[in-house]
Amino acid sequence: MENLQLILPEIFLSLSIMFLLILGVFKNNSSKLIQNLSLIILIITAVVTFNETIGISNTKLFNDSIIIDYFSSLMKIITLLAAFLVLIISSNYLKTFQIFKIEYPILILSSVLGMMIMINSNDLIVFYMGLELQSLALYVLATFNRDQIKSSEAGLKYFVLSALSSGLLLYGCSLIYGFTGSTNFNVIANQLNSSEYALTLGIVFILVGLSFKISAVPFHMWAPDVYEGSPTSVTLFFTMVPKIAALTVFIRFLYVPFLNLIDQWQMILIFLSIASMLFGAVAAIGQTNLKRLVAYSSIGHVGYALAGVAAGTNDGIQSSVIYITIYVIMNLGLFSCLLMLKRNNQYYEKIDDLSGLSKNHPMLSLSLLIILFSLAGIPPLAGFFAKFYVFKAVIEQSMYFLAIVGLMSTVVAAFYYLRLIKIMYFDEQKEKYDTDHGFWLKFSLTASTLLILIYFIFPSQLIEVVSRINIIQ
Amino acid sequence: MNFPILSSLILLPSVGALFLFFTKSNKKNNFTVKYVALFTSAANFFLSIYLWILFDQSTSEFQFVEQRVWIKDFINYKVGVDGISILFILLTTFITPLCIISVNNSIKERLSEFLIAVLIMESFMIGVFCSLDLVIFYLFFEAGLIPMFLIIGIWGGARRVYSAFKFFLYTLLGSVLMLVAIITIYWLNGTTDVVELYKSGVDIRYQNLLWLAFFSSFAVKTPMWPVHTWLPDAHVEAPTAGSVLLAAILLKMAGYGFIRFSLGLFPAASEIFTPLIYILSVIAIIFTSFIALMQEDMKKLIAYSSVAHMGYVTLGIFTIQQQGIEGSIIQMISHGLVSAALFLCVGVVYDRMHSRLINTYGGIVSIIPKYSILFMIFTLAALGLPGTSGFVGEFLILMGAFKDNFLVAVIASIGVIIGAAYMLWLYKRVVFGKLINIDLKQMVDLNRSELFILSCLAIPTLFFGFYPDPLINTIEVSISDLIDQYNFKLASKL
Repeated sequence: MENLQLILPEIFLSLSIMFLLILGVFKNNSSKLIQNLSLIILIITAVVTFNETIGISNTKLFNDSIIIDYFSSLMKIITLLAAFLVLIISSNYLKTFQIFKIEYPILILSSVLGMMIMINSNDLIVFYMGLELQSLALYVLATFNRDQIKSSEAGLKYFVLSALSSGLLLYGCSLIYGFTGSTNFNVIANQLNSSEYALTLGIVFILVGLSFKISAVPFHMWAPDVYEGSPTSVTLFFTMVPKIAALTVFIRFLYVPFLNLIDQWQMILIFLSIASMLFGAVAAIGQTNLKRLVAYSSIGHVGYALAGVAAGTNDGIQSSVIYITIYVIMNLGLFSCLLMLKRNNQYYEKIDDLSGLSKNHPMLSLSLLIILFSLAGIPPLAGFFAKFYVFKAVIEQSMYFLAIVGLMSTVVAAFYYLRLIKIMYFDEQKEKYDTDHGFWLKFSLTASTLLILIYFIFPSQLIEVVSRINIIQ
Repeated sequence: MNFPILSSLILLPSVGALFLFFTKSNKKNNFTVKYVALFTSAANFFLSIYLWILFDQSTSEFQFVEQRVWIKDFINYKVGVDGISILFILLTTFITPLCIISVNNSIKERLSEFLIAVLIMESFMIGVFCSLDLVIFYLFFEAGLIPMFLIIGIWGGARRVYSAFKFFLYTLLGSVLMLVAIITIYWLNGTTDVVELYKSGVDIRYQNLLWLAFFSSFAVKTPMWPVHTWLPDAHVEAPTAGSVLLAAILLKMAGYGFIRFSLGLFPAASEIFTPLIYILSVIAIIFTSFIALMQEDMKKLIAYSSVAHMGYVTLGIFTIQQQGIEGSIIQMISHGLVSAALFLCVGVVYDRMHSRLINTYGGIVSIIPKYSILFMIFTLAALGLPGTSGFVGEFLILMGAFKDNFLVAVIASIGVIIGAAYMLWLYKRVVFGKLINIDLKQMVDLNRSELFILSCLAIPTLFFGFYPDPLINTIEVSISDLIDQYNFKLASKL
């Protein structure tokens, strides 16, 4: 039991959640207190993770069902920080809709706990447990603005489709268990026999379930509706945090037990990646709602992250992690802008509402301009480097088709990002929006914009952070 | 020489832009804003003159090289100039201040944003011409899209949105393949350093595909027929200063890229694809000259003439003859001066009459004589009259072409005649003839700043027409060395 300190972050987080629940029940009007406490808890958890586990390499706990290594620690810290930022900029939005309640931070904390378990998992059962914990919290979060019919619809839709995908995933798990006799990733790796096609079927089912969670095409149908219907702050959470965790599991699942079957799953991944990139780019063109547009854009971005995973090398994995990190920063900035489009206690989320923004709010539109060009992958902004690393890893493996299709779809995707810029800069102005935003909202917008803008000055740092990830020994 | 002169050239305009960014923009400050921008770009121009003075013409080695680790174990930030690139840097730093002076009359709103875009553009363009690493080159090459998109889109004419999108997407689509090629080169050779790559050469089996990937990007940027259609749209809709930047500097990036990368890195492939370039160039020269002949819109006419002129440039580059390549570079410099001046000339009458249509004008020679004289100089330079810089370039290109391929040279020479026809006809219809439109009588002649800009452009046009030696001396050694290298690599199958 001497290794219990390695899961100290998880233990601390779960105890804190229980404490906050009790506090919320017994103390009236405690939503502000709980919000602040949750922020502190997230930071402490991140610090503890950093202190206790970042230097640990490849330690397994509880009958090898949990793995602690650099990769998992890093992804946990990114998840925690992303959740922290979501929580800190969402309070004004929630107050406007009078849904600033104690449940919101607690639900976010519990979904984060689920994700941390997912990231740690080295066993199908543990992985499933974490997945369900996070999903359950996310269902409720999607319906959080329950007075609005769209929000309820989003939650219900997400619940039904997610349950279906969980079913498929479990079926895949049971197939794999049936053929290898274990749920442990390492044992499965040793028991593999590639001639058994049913095993491949098991992988396919699990991939389907995971693709659903990260909304890769063709399992993306829920994303636009759910993103549109959910409260904007929850949409922000959806587009960032669960994807980090699911991508981690994606990588761990494919590269630990099934590395030897790479020929079988690489094709599937290339397909998922190409389909997501193309579909995300093409389908976003016709959108008129900003949140739906972001949904399609995030589908596209998942495609790029998967391209890195498909490469089948440590370089590919690292580029994927860089991609998702930069994507999180860009998305944070994008949503900070969305949360600023407020006038008379009403939020605007149609594309036309951006019209002529640059005349009334030059700084806001300049930030949005930089973020959008970065999302489109135009150098010298951070988004370009994200794509550059991914395609570097992909081309290293001579997967030219994937690289060329991916880069072509960036051109298509550039079209709808440019359309937003056109509406902001070239069109006639409308009424002004409020300018009295909270400090943290302004802070997150400024910080993310600056990071995107000056990333090219010090590109080595991020590479150095991820270069210690080596899943494939 | 420890002072990082090239990095200063790249950074100085951006610093000026940063300064403008923090200046509050209102009508009162427009004066300050303009002078800050002008001062920055003028300082940059003098710095580049200083660079030219220090430049050693007797060697083809890269000079003023700076190298810093940028992405560890992967990419170095490396810049340097040789005889080929230094002239383009001078052209850039020369044209930008003139652009900034010219905004007086044309840009009425959001002046400081416009100048920020122009200055950032200048930074990127200088970066393109002096980067000695493929990734750094790509970075600057692509980054230029952002300011240009905004210049066309925000300050452009009626169909600006369409043109801005067309410009952006066309060039982006062309460039992504180049990115694939750059990464491939990295995996083949383990470096993207141009100097190293010159030494080691690129595997001959991959050269054809890599050449085509680079070609797809440069052909769109040049622009070559049949992917030139974005250019007339972009030129017509862009504000005058934007057209000037586009014609004078942006189009030169591709010509420069052909010389530096296509010839330098892929000699075997260049040899194979020379007929393709010849055919496309000849079509561009003849076909777009005829199109130019039929244009009603002055800016469009000059835009099509740019395509034709760039046809000569690509033709000259792929003759792989000393004269041909020298001619191409001089033609690019000359075209940079002349087309910039012609767009400014159109801008002058547009600011007064708000029409670019040729048939609005006619018989203005007696109303605005100074303008007519300067316009004539540039018209004659555009058609390549001896005594103007246009002649030197075209003559050298045709000389190189005659050495390499007689038929192509003959056809290209016919293009010169058509070129003379459309330029002279344009001049005749605008300046001479009967004064029919009475509104024209109210036109005032060039004001001080316009006179200054156009004279600044006319002086080098004529000077280099009579005495091109300063240009030729600068590029001569670099080009002869480039050709030697090319032939050596071709012979040793590298």
